[in-house]
Amino acid sequence: MKIHEYQAKEILRQYGVPTPRGSVCFSMDEALAVAQKLGGSVWVVKAQIHAGGRGQGGGVKVANSVQDVGTHAAKILGMKLVTHQTTVDGQLVRRLLIEEGVQIAKEYYVGMVIDRSKQSVVLMASSEGGMEIEAVAAHSPEKIHKVWINPSSGLLDTEADAVARLIGIPNAVLAQARACLQGLYRAFMEKDAILAEINPLVLTVDQNLLALDAKINFDSNALFRHQEIVALRDLDEEDPAEVEASEFGLSYISLEGNIGCLVNGAGLAMATMDIIKLYGGLPANFLDVGGGASTEKVTEAFKLMLRNPNLRAILVNIFGGIMKCDVIAEGVVAAAREVHLKVPLVVRLEGTNVDLGKKILAESGLPIISAGDMADAAAKVVAAAKGA
Amino acid sequence: MSILINKDTKVMTQGMTGKVGQFHTLHCKNYANGANCFVAGVTPGKAGQSYEGIPVFNSVMEASAQTGATVSVIYVPPPYAAAAIDEAVEAGLELVICITEGIPEHDMLRTRYKMQGKKTLLIGPNCPGLITPDEIKIGIMPGHIHRKGRIGVVSRSGTLTYEAVWQLTELGFGQSSCVGIGGDPINGMKHLQIMKLFNDDPETDAVVMVGEIGGSDEEECARWIKSNMQKPVVGFIAGLTAPSGKRMGHAGAIISGGQGGAENKLAVMEECGIHITRNPAEMGKTMKHILKI
Repeated sequence: MKIHEYQAKEILRQYGVPTPRGSVCFSMDEALAVAQKLGGSVWVVKAQIHAGGRGQGGGVKVANSVQDVGTHAAKILGMKLVTHQTTVDGQLVRRLLIEEGVQIAKEYYVGMVIDRSKQSVVLMASSEGGMEIEAVAAHSPEKIHKVWINPSSGLLDTEADAVARLIGIPNAVLAQARACLQGLYRAFMEKDAILAEINPLVLTVDQNLLALDAKINFDSNALFRHQEIVALRDLDEEDPAEVEASEFGLSYISLEGNIGCLVNGAGLAMATMDIIKLYGGLPANFLDVGGGASTEKVTEAFKLMLRNPNLRAILVNIFGGIMKCDVIAEGVVAAAREVHLKVPLVVRLEGTNVDLGKKILAESGLPIISAGDMADAAAKVVAAAKGA
Repeated sequence: MSILINKDTKVMTQGMTGKVGQFHTLHCKNYANGANCFVAGVTPGKAGQSYEGIPVFNSVMEASAQTGATVSVIYVPPPYAAAAIDEAVEAGLELVICITEGIPEHDMLRTRYKMQGKKTLLIGPNCPGLITPDEIKIGIMPGHIHRKGRIGVVSRSGTLTYEAVWQLTELGFGQSSCVGIGGDPINGMKHLQIMKLFNDDPETDAVVMVGEIGGSDEEECARWIKSNMQKPVVGFIAGLTAPSGKRMGHAGAIISGGQGGAENKLAVMEECGIHITRNPAEMGKTMKHILKI
């Protein structure tokens, strides 16, 4: 689960990581009021969306007067911000963060992720602040310093100090760096984060370390013990189809193509998308109905796919194990009837009770195209999508 | 022969009194030699009960001492599943298979840390389990699609594993053992460790390796294969069409920052001598082609 920058900074402040002063705003009037309250002579107006690269897309502006803050706020609020992490249509900006401007002497990068091959939390730090860590890793990997943290002892003072020195943080602010790094680690552990980044961590000209930007992603599987994180969820930032799918226990991701896929199991669902592409088509979605798909779940899955105006055909690919093919066939027939299916439907069933399942489809009177194996199914659905 | 489990393996089910645990324990008991293999269940506070003639114990230690079970399979709900693994490790079991999907990553990190230096092997979590056809099935896979034979299967997925197995069975290739290692980023045995076991198993002639986007386990396995594997390997990676940064159902299936992409995995595998296919419908055919049978 993702949250906004201002929410991530709020969490970091709770763990002793300093940030510039600022506040979230939902309107130009609020932005003006916040700027006035903050005082000073420089402010930063920052679009709050769940995607990176906001500055390059025109979503971050420096203002030299309160009036400027208002002008920028009016321009950014309501804009469709396009970045390399959004869709080509961009993401509507509904919230702004107004912060005091700070005078930057030096920028650093610090971040934490779970290293799956070492099965450990890893702290990454670099002198190349403000750049995406992936770009640094690609061009100058020697500039990224890593510390794998022992969960029984946590991030030690000596480890924090050593990595701070390695990225060039001056001795005078080493204690501040230690507080930032250890605060980041405690936030990461206590909030079940899977990624936490301060990029950049800045040294100001008056020798203070501040988190100028922050990003935290949380483990969706751990939200049951973090109601305070669940409360930060912003559904406006998520694909409505994906949100609705999750309410029905379906795993759904919208894609750019025109062939809908309904599959049981995540691996088989990805393989089904791949084979559609291999046969010259493009998948409209990833959809895993999971292990126990009821008629209701299958119907809901059909409704979700059909909401996509680009949809030209649907492929159902089920390998029945625990889920029996006859049960899934009944679900498919009921769903196709309920939604008055207008696009071609190709169904490939295999596994437990497959003959019974195929019989139900054949006797339904619906124009269902039956497929033998995955290759046959892919060829048929691609042809159907092109013919429709 | 087979890897990890056979007809003489003694198994306990942790979480056997739950609906899921009961359902699958019954199916496993009814498969091949299952009636002799599934000897105990564990649910704290429910000792003295039994299910389908299988006695329930309060703890793994007790179940192990009373029945001689050395392997456990876990169906405990996600918030408690990591603690169930810890208990099995503490009790000194040889092998733990965790079926549970949705365990928090931080829980698994702590569990894997505690497992360091312990002898217990872990398969999963978030996996279908493993099977040695005609001998024993531990997990949720449909037994009837398997056939006894000499091909090993290792995969991160559930239904995609069934797909691979079914293609082999249809073409007349039976399986020595099939292992679903699970779709989570923090898990127990990886492709590499399973591959080593297949390499050492005299009754495995070749291996189908099914991977997916995310992480670098397949690449690590491929590099080992290049210099050590004595048997042919067929490989497929799911997720060529997956967009970056999205979690594709499995918590481990995510391409972040250009890392873990299917293209890169396939390139490394091919370079290491694995017979790759980009067509998930041709895993079995590829095997047939290289064995020239």
